[in-house]
Amino acid sequence: MEVTSQRGLEKKWWRTIDKPLLILYVILVVMGWFNIYSAVFDPDMADTFSFTSRYGKQLLFIGLAFTIAIVIMVIDVRIIIQYTYFFYGITVALLVLVLVVGTEVSGAKAWIQIGGLSIQPAEFAKFTTALAFAKYVSSPDINMRRMFSQMKSAVWFILPVILILLQPDAGSALVYAAFLLVLYREGMTGKILAAGAFLIFLFVISLLVHQYWIISGLVAIALVVFFYGEKTFGRIVLILSALLVCSAFVFGVDYAFDRLSAHQKSRINVLLGKDADIKGTGYNVNQSKIAIGSGELFGKGYLDGTQTKFNFVPEQSTDFIFCTIGEEWGWVGTTIVLSLFLTLLLRIIMLAERQRNNFFRIYGYCTASIIFIHIFVNIGMTIGFIPVIGIPLPFFSYGGSSLWGFTLLLFVFVKMDMKRYVM
Amino acid sequence: MFRLSKRQVITLIIVGTFLLYWVRLFYIQVIDDRYQISATNNAFRYKIQYPGRGLMYDRNEKLLVYNEPIYDLMVVPMQVDSSMNWKLLSKILEISLEDCQERLKKARKFSRYAASTFEKQISKEMYGRLQEYLYSFNGFYIQSRTLRRYPQAVAAHVLGSVGETDEGELKNNGYYRSGDYIGKSGLEKFYETDLRGKKGVNVVMVDVHNRERGSYKDGKYDSVSIPGSALYTTIDLVLQEYAEELMKNKRGSIVAIEPSTGEVLAYVSSPTYDPNLLVGRVRSQNYLKLLNDPSKPLFDRAIMASYPPGSIFKLAQALVGLQEGVITPSSGFTCDQSLIGCHNHPSAMSLQDGIKMSCNPYFYAVFRRILMQGKDNNRFIDSELGLEEWEEYMHGFGFGSKLGIDIANVKSGLIPGPKYYNKRHGKQRWAFSTIYSLSIGQGEIGLIPLQMANLAAIIANRGFYFTPHLVRSIGEDRHRPNIDTVRHKVGIDSIWFLPVVRGMYGAVNEAGGTARQARMENIAVCGKTGTAENPHGEDHAVFISFAPMDNPKIAISVFVENSGFGGTWSAPIASLIIEKYLTGEVKRVDLEKRMKNAVLNRP
Repeated sequence: MEVTSQRGLEKKWWRTIDKPLLILYVILVVMGWFNIYSAVFDPDMADTFSFTSRYGKQLLFIGLAFTIAIVIMVIDVRIIIQYTYFFYGITVALLVLVLVVGTEVSGAKAWIQIGGLSIQPAEFAKFTTALAFAKYVSSPDINMRRMFSQMKSAVWFILPVILILLQPDAGSALVYAAFLLVLYREGMTGKILAAGAFLIFLFVISLLVHQYWIISGLVAIALVVFFYGEKTFGRIVLILSALLVCSAFVFGVDYAFDRLSAHQKSRINVLLGKDADIKGTGYNVNQSKIAIGSGELFGKGYLDGTQTKFNFVPEQSTDFIFCTIGEEWGWVGTTIVLSLFLTLLLRIIMLAERQRNNFFRIYGYCTASIIFIHIFVNIGMTIGFIPVIGIPLPFFSYGGSSLWGFTLLLFVFVKMDMKRYVM
Repeated sequence: MFRLSKRQVITLIIVGTFLLYWVRLFYIQVIDDRYQISATNNAFRYKIQYPGRGLMYDRNEKLLVYNEPIYDLMVVPMQVDSSMNWKLLSKILEISLEDCQERLKKARKFSRYAASTFEKQISKEMYGRLQEYLYSFNGFYIQSRTLRRYPQAVAAHVLGSVGETDEGELKNNGYYRSGDYIGKSGLEKFYETDLRGKKGVNVVMVDVHNRERGSYKDGKYDSVSIPGSALYTTIDLVLQEYAEELMKNKRGSIVAIEPSTGEVLAYVSSPTYDPNLLVGRVRSQNYLKLLNDPSKPLFDRAIMASYPPGSIFKLAQALVGLQEGVITPSSGFTCDQSLIGCHNHPSAMSLQDGIKMSCNPYFYAVFRRILMQGKDNNRFIDSELGLEEWEEYMHGFGFGSKLGIDIANVKSGLIPGPKYYNKRHGKQRWAFSTIYSLSIGQGEIGLIPLQMANLAAIIANRGFYFTPHLVRSIGEDRHRPNIDTVRHKVGIDSIWFLPVVRGMYGAVNEAGGTARQARMENIAVCGKTGTAENPHGEDHAVFISFAPMDNPKIAISVFVENSGFGGTWSAPIASLIIEKYLTGEVKRVDLEKRMKNAVLNRP
């Protein structure tokens, strides 16, 4: 393969930048802005454009996000690599700081007020954690096939998780589960991923069904597994201990659920369909489903969504922005948005796999995983698959911190990809 | 076994998730239309515009029923802010705080998104006070409606009443929504579709704070309400009022018909009630009271009470006998009281006399000749053949079947025919001797007062009748109601009416007549008394009449329960009504006073 000089590449950035990612990014951000405009659109003030309104501010945020992207394009990627741990340190320090001086918004100390600007450190911590984690895992003296190395690397994301949980903002903390996917890619056995999925399944089931039924089921499964395999002593011990762990888990869930706060309990109950209190906890989800569901095949048309216009869905410009798409653009619109996101994710994974540099590959996977988990939780929440967890839809949701965070995350990877031949 | 690379597994997880969401979105957006409906309920308020119900006028276009505006307080439970000032609301509505909560709960149970009535029929004063604070009660709004009002408390049974639709009515007719009003009885029920007009709707968009945000798509889906059509009834208000006054403290009914048209001039069922009682907030309470009243004021005796007609039935027998040729106007029969009881009078030597004196053995003989015409040697078969023919005649008179009057719940009465007796006694187990009491209008036979009045009209017309009706025309274009205008011929040649009319004239005007109390100077009144045997107490008295004899203007039946002989009360009441109608005033003040003051409804 021909290696072009670095200087030449920098001049021809347009030739080396990954155009699909760039175009997808611009499309998503622009679509996001139009939907925010619709979500906060007030038919009584249709003629005035105001920079103090949410769509006005978001326009400023987008301008700043583009600036960030350009800056990343200009600076040397080696600086980013060099100062990775430093950036990580700063965000961790900010996460500590926010616990002390943060402003409380809906029960979580997540915001730092600087002048007229509020910043959410957790949104940036995703980016710096991804960088630091990727740098650590890719260092030559780490063998990710070893369990111990995997555990050591996990410390990088467990630390911000703990700090964010202290705010407390369970939603933002949940996002760090994305790193499990990366760990899996880099060496962790799939069994842990599968076991995790199975435990989540058990968790849900044990809230719905009486625990004795579940344990009967588990015993039945254990017997089937026992009879269809070698009947060695080691296997029997393994099956028995798995059974024991699962049973303990089931009882544990039940015990823990009894001790949850009423507010958390009802959120979970609403999701499981045990509690139909649509005016209370289920209100958001119900209204969100109504907005999306009423869009039908082609939607009600831009700015014509009645649920959107008249504020039936709370937090519509932030966490529930997907409702606006669903209502006004219909299933056609949601299909397009889903395809754009899917293309973005698959493109990032494709680019990650083509990196020769481990750091770049791992960072690429971090980027894809973080974006994926946001989409997974956010859209899942609006269509009633997942409890209400307040995290933004990447590039779409209103808010500077999240837009800048995602822009940083994505464009650092784009920059890395541009330099894949030289580093 | 093939193994997936880790990259493939991760790709699969991502693609799988997206696919799952995509299918779910297809389900909630395209397949399941529940959300569409919820969205509509969320953001639209269907403000129903209730049209004014059609008014009702009497035959001289005097107002009988009009509308009064009232206001309903509606609530959309979902939009209610539970922390609002409930105390203020309960104070304005003059209900307790608990009651307030209870009503909200009930409304919520019905629907969270759709409006329910929170307080019905708010007075103008209360509306004024409420209007002032309404802005602070999210989820509440006011809907204007109208209530029926009656300037004169008369003709309750004719006009009928309006009430909230019940479940059955909602189920049977898609036009109505819960809380809508519908005609429940009388003309209100019969002419419901004309009276109700057409509801209109304004589709208004509402935001989450219950603020109205203008009409949806500039009123594209709005419709204008169309007011109900007025009914121009045949009732003569003055006569109706007078008749009701005369029937005070009596049980029974009066039906007066204009023979030449079939128009009902007066229609009384006594005891009656003030129609204003069955309106608005007091309706259900008063309805229950009236329903439980032992004197049954809600029961419309004029069309629902079936009585044996007594001697007035002899008129029909005479006509059938003449038409069949089994008697002639000059037929005479001795008053043989061994056959059937009678009062003391000389034997009738002509039909005219038989009617005038209301001789029972005379009509025993007439009926015997009608039934046993010798068509078969077996007297059982002969009687059956005779009765079969007789039954035909009776149906011709409008007996034993429903008259097509424009009011709901009319009964048909009973004319027992061969089928009836075969079922009751067995075939060939009965003959004339079993059923002879029909001849004098007793036994199984039953007529409703409307049919009795119609009999008077038939005789007045000398052989035909028009279906009695209460409405002349409807709406601004004065179109005719959907009632047959056929001249119903009863099957008796008009010449046979002469002796019958003469007999009725004699009953009122000649010595030995049974209805001398109905006599009047200057007006030739024809009438016939009847006494319906009542096994439970004092006999019922009936009098049917028409006047003047030539060119009759009014035919009437007066039925007074438990008042003994027909001539004592029924005949004078009928004559007073005739006098009032034909001359415009009543000169026989003493008689009038005596009739008005009579109390005959003691239990």
